[in-house]
Amino acid sequence: MVAIIDYKCGNLQSVKNALERLGAEYVVTAREEVIRKADRVILPGVGSAATAMESLLQTGLCDTIRSLRRPVLGICVGMQIMCRWSEEGNTECLGIFDSKVKKFIPCEGVKVPHMGWNRISNLESKLFKDIKGGAYVYYVHSYYPELCPDTIATTVHGKMFSGALKYENFYGTQFHPEKSGDIGEQIIKNFLAL
Amino acid sequence: MVAKRIIPCLDVKEGRTVKGINFVGLQDVGDPVELGAYYSACGADELVYLDISATREGRGTFTELVRKISGRINIPFTVGGGISSLDDASRLLDAGADKISINSSAIANPSLIDAIAGKYGNQFVVVAIDAKLLPDSRWMATTHGGSKPTDKELFSWALEAQERGAGEILFTSMDHDGTRAGYPCETFARLSEVISIPVIASGGAGSAADIADVLSRGRADAALAASIFHYGEIGIRELKQELLAQGIEVRL
Repeated sequence: MVAIIDYKCGNLQSVKNALERLGAEYVVTAREEVIRKADRVILPGVGSAATAMESLLQTGLCDTIRSLRRPVLGICVGMQIMCRWSEEGNTECLGIFDSKVKKFIPCEGVKVPHMGWNRISNLESKLFKDIKGGAYVYYVHSYYPELCPDTIATTVHGKMFSGALKYENFYGTQFHPEKSGDIGEQIIKNFLAL
Repeated sequence: MVAKRIIPCLDVKEGRTVKGINFVGLQDVGDPVELGAYYSACGADELVYLDISATREGRGTFTELVRKISGRINIPFTVGGGISSLDDASRLLDAGADKISINSSAIANPSLIDAIAGKYGNQFVVVAIDAKLLPDSRWMATTHGGSKPTDKELFSWALEAQERGAGEILFTSMDHDGTRAGYPCETFARLSEVISIPVIASGGAGSAADIADVLSRGRADAALAASIFHYGEIGIRELKQELLAQGIEVRL
């Protein structure tokens, strides 16, 4: 059973649809005991990291998430709030990944938001089993996690940043696997098979 | 580098797509879900569904349709047509739309952009602008398919939309739309200089060369087209191969 954490922050429909297409059972929940029992946990999120972190604090689930020992996947802003800190609203985050989240500065050839399909390279995890370096995934974001020892995929938009992070059983993707076509579907499948 | 996007636009009326020929392997070209899945399999980067229903019933059907599309399609899709309130946007988000596109309702009520972007994020809001070139060389936004003039000048309106929270601008030149004579590339390039959010070029594509032109010289981030795809004049995959051959980065 996959638990999708419901903290009123984001469009859960596409994550639910992706799991349905893969035939995975899931539950959308904010209940601690359900999250603790789940085989996999997904922390989605859109909008601003400051708002997302505030909503998550209100659920009282921060320590629960930090203490999970089964695979956890943060997506987009869900991943950003698993980092140490975000420049967006100067937000203290969960501190699971040893990365800071910074804002893209628009300049020649670098539009913000970073929106569309971009390549992931330097893939270093079972999360990317059967995915070739240079594969395209779908991004929509204005803030990015810096490179750090937890980086398991990189992407370049003006500068190189962490496309995905991993620390122990915690995974995060800045891109949206649920919107990244067949490549994204494979990544979610890999996460379920970890 | 982020790849340039190719986006087919599907017009939907009372729950059915209204243009298109039957492609090999596609059972029902009138089924928006089937046609969208077909384009996705051909390499489309995103899809746009435009509701052109004239009736209330048609609008209700569209929401149901959005739900079906989001269940089936695993690439992003935008929906537009008849969105004039935060409630309309919420209903489509709940049905699974990744983005909504607003046009005349944003002109009539610019704070609608702030309201939707404030609640669901900039990435959710595409502001579409249909503009015409006036004899005094100003590009002015129009509504109702180009028939009604407005007091919004293209560049300042695009900048205002960005400041209010739009995540992308979809610009159609009503002087070029339907002509198949190419895009006004200088105007697109200037738009890209004025705003920092992505620009989607629409209206005027007659060939792969036109699309290559607007993505390179016109500096657009994406090209949206309808007829050339629906009538099979250019396949999405062959278009992308052509773009790649010209040194334009696309996802293949």
